[in-house]
Amino acid sequence: MSNHISADNRESAWRDNLRKSLTAKQRTSIPRAQMPELTAEERVHSFEEVNRGLTAEQAFTESQRCLDCPDPQCVTGCPVNIDIPGFIKNIERGETDEALKVIRRTSSLPAVCGRVCPQEKQCESRCIYNKMKRQPVAIGYLERYVADNGKTKSEKTTAISSRGKIAVAGSGPAGLTFAGDMAKLGYEVTVFEALHQIGGVLKYGIPQFRLPNSIVDNEIESLQSVGVNFVKNCIVGKTISYDDLIADGYKALFVASGAGLPRFMGIPGENLIGVLSCNEYLTRINLMGAGSTDCDTPVWKGKNVAVIGGGNTAMDAVRTARRMGAERAMIVYRRSLDEMPARAEEVKHAREEGVEFLTLHNPIEYHGDDSGHITSMRLQVMELGEPDSSGRRAPVAVEGKQIDVPVDMVIVSVGVSPNPLIPSAIDGLDVSRKGCIIVDETTMQSSMPLIYAGGDIVRGGATVILAMGDGRRAAAAVHEMLGNKK
Amino acid sequence: MNKIIEKEYFSPKVVKLVVEAPLIAKSRRAGHFVMVRASENGERIPLTIAEADKDKGTITLVIQNVGVSTAKICALNVGDELTDVVGPLGKATHIDRFGTVICCGGGVGVAPLLPIVKAMKEAGNRVVSVLAARSADLVILKEQVEEYSDELIIMTDDGSLGKKGLVTQGVEEVIQNEPVDMVVTIGPAIMMKFVAALTKKYDIPTVCSLNTIMVDGTGMCGACRITVDGKTRFVCIDGPEFDAHQVDFDEMLMRLRSYN
Repeated sequence: MSNHISADNRESAWRDNLRKSLTAKQRTSIPRAQMPELTAEERVHSFEEVNRGLTAEQAFTESQRCLDCPDPQCVTGCPVNIDIPGFIKNIERGETDEALKVIRRTSSLPAVCGRVCPQEKQCESRCIYNKMKRQPVAIGYLERYVADNGKTKSEKTTAISSRGKIAVAGSGPAGLTFAGDMAKLGYEVTVFEALHQIGGVLKYGIPQFRLPNSIVDNEIESLQSVGVNFVKNCIVGKTISYDDLIADGYKALFVASGAGLPRFMGIPGENLIGVLSCNEYLTRINLMGAGSTDCDTPVWKGKNVAVIGGGNTAMDAVRTARRMGAERAMIVYRRSLDEMPARAEEVKHAREEGVEFLTLHNPIEYHGDDSGHITSMRLQVMELGEPDSSGRRAPVAVEGKQIDVPVDMVIVSVGVSPNPLIPSAIDGLDVSRKGCIIVDETTMQSSMPLIYAGGDIVRGGATVILAMGDGRRAAAAVHEMLGNKK
Repeated sequence: MNKIIEKEYFSPKVVKLVVEAPLIAKSRRAGHFVMVRASENGERIPLTIAEADKDKGTITLVIQNVGVSTAKICALNVGDELTDVVGPLGKATHIDRFGTVICCGGGVGVAPLLPIVKAMKEAGNRVVSVLAARSADLVILKEQVEEYSDELIIMTDDGSLGKKGLVTQGVEEVIQNEPVDMVVTIGPAIMMKFVAALTKKYDIPTVCSLNTIMVDGTGMCGACRITVDGKTRFVCIDGPEFDAHQVDFDEMLMRLRSYN
């Protein structure tokens, strides 16, 4: 690996020449690239991807903005420490394939991360441009450009399985990353997926207008090409036990089974027909194809739809509802826009698509008709009080101020808990009060020496890139553990 | 893909399929269910496992043709394949030596009841089975249930087999004749509701096995949620069996009509 780095490290001649080709002033005076998008009108009638990706010219111009800092802080903001200036400067010199190679060294899913990572809170938040009160380099857009346009020869490992068999439970971002890293290290990796499709939350959760399934499938194919096996419809702990795996010669198990369990608020009327979890709504549409004529799975097509919550999943659900024909699609959020955890881009897109934001409102009761269908929701008006444990100002009910809003569908998106299937199926696995698998933070090793875990089953509900970071660290640790045993 | 090895019609609308699923056959216990997809664009639907043969690597499913997906599954023949079968899911039945156990099944619910009858008998209980259906031709698995029961009572609405009357009449008769320690009931929600109401009157612990709408069946969607003792529970991971005296059957019946 070291010879790779020397070929394109900051001191190499081409990088040095490139830095001198433009002055810092010339670079910083270039405005940040604007992502080409479908118009809002086009969007609400289709599930086409909203962001179209930078053109080659845009990507080149944007790459020129990067100052190739001697001590690049962006890298420290990336959970998998992608060599960001390294790939961006390869774009600038016209070597998109090389750029992809640089990214792939530390990230197994660049096309996914380029689309769904909250770059504004990670790499881009540390960009030197922020200090100059300028917009940061569009690292996310460039990553996506490279992933979509670069080509890498499939690095087929010749001596697959030479190091032994490794099992992975779950094929979401943590599982895929771990699998990719272990395969590259020469292990024979098998990923067991409970559902009938590979990809986990990337398939059932994130809608196609934000992350097309074809992108996820490409990443999966590239993992298959380095020797990763996938087994669908197989639940570790249910279909096959941990003991079966060990008896079968597996040397370790990485549990990446995700945050399955949807939370509800426990308010009256929440079990009325037409009230569903964001997981149910998105799974019906994304995984099962509900809404398209050739699929059997049904879904409600509400006209007045309220989505409860302010996270990215809430934005995904409300934007999906618009596309499914909702005339009025609302976000109901108990704090204000400033505290909303969703990415700014998602909020902006939702607004453009006609989504209403009922901030500082909290549902307290749902009402239905005689057949049990929801007809309205009662919202408590809130105001912001003192900061709470999350550091955000706590929402406090304004006494006596409640409103009734007619709705025919409510999607509850107030968070998820870890999927209990595996934690409850393996005796001896230490689990927190909230149901998360307890692991060593650096090695991701659980209370059972051969079981490692990462992603939402450990974190309870986080991001794709943090899950990937867990997968990477676990792979390194498992490799070391197995090496040490020799 | 899971190949169909055997097919038998219990009635024009009720089909028994023996399906290749070696891993599930090995790991399943009484009370478990599987999620099944009949075709590439099909729904995922829950079906309780009726029987399994570890040596042959097969599981037995009994399907009543009640909608789009069950119609598709019932139309499959020997040699055809189910697109997906995953499981075993849910918690297994709590089997113990309770004493005298009434196993009470209605309609197609007799299929998931059979492994429980068997397990209860093997655990040393006196098992009295009460099977109910509208008419004689809709009574399924009679011989198999009989084999593992100390006593079998059949109730039909029209009196064409066994006694004429409702399932609750059969159950009440047993309760009045001998001490009963436990009742297990599986069948249409409305039947379980009335059985639960009856046994509550006699204060006999009662377990019901619920079949609700599910999408993934692994705890992810929450479509199967019901209220038990005032709390929201997921049938797929907390069940499918619950204390029948605590289940809000009226809410469950309402939710079953979600997509009607």
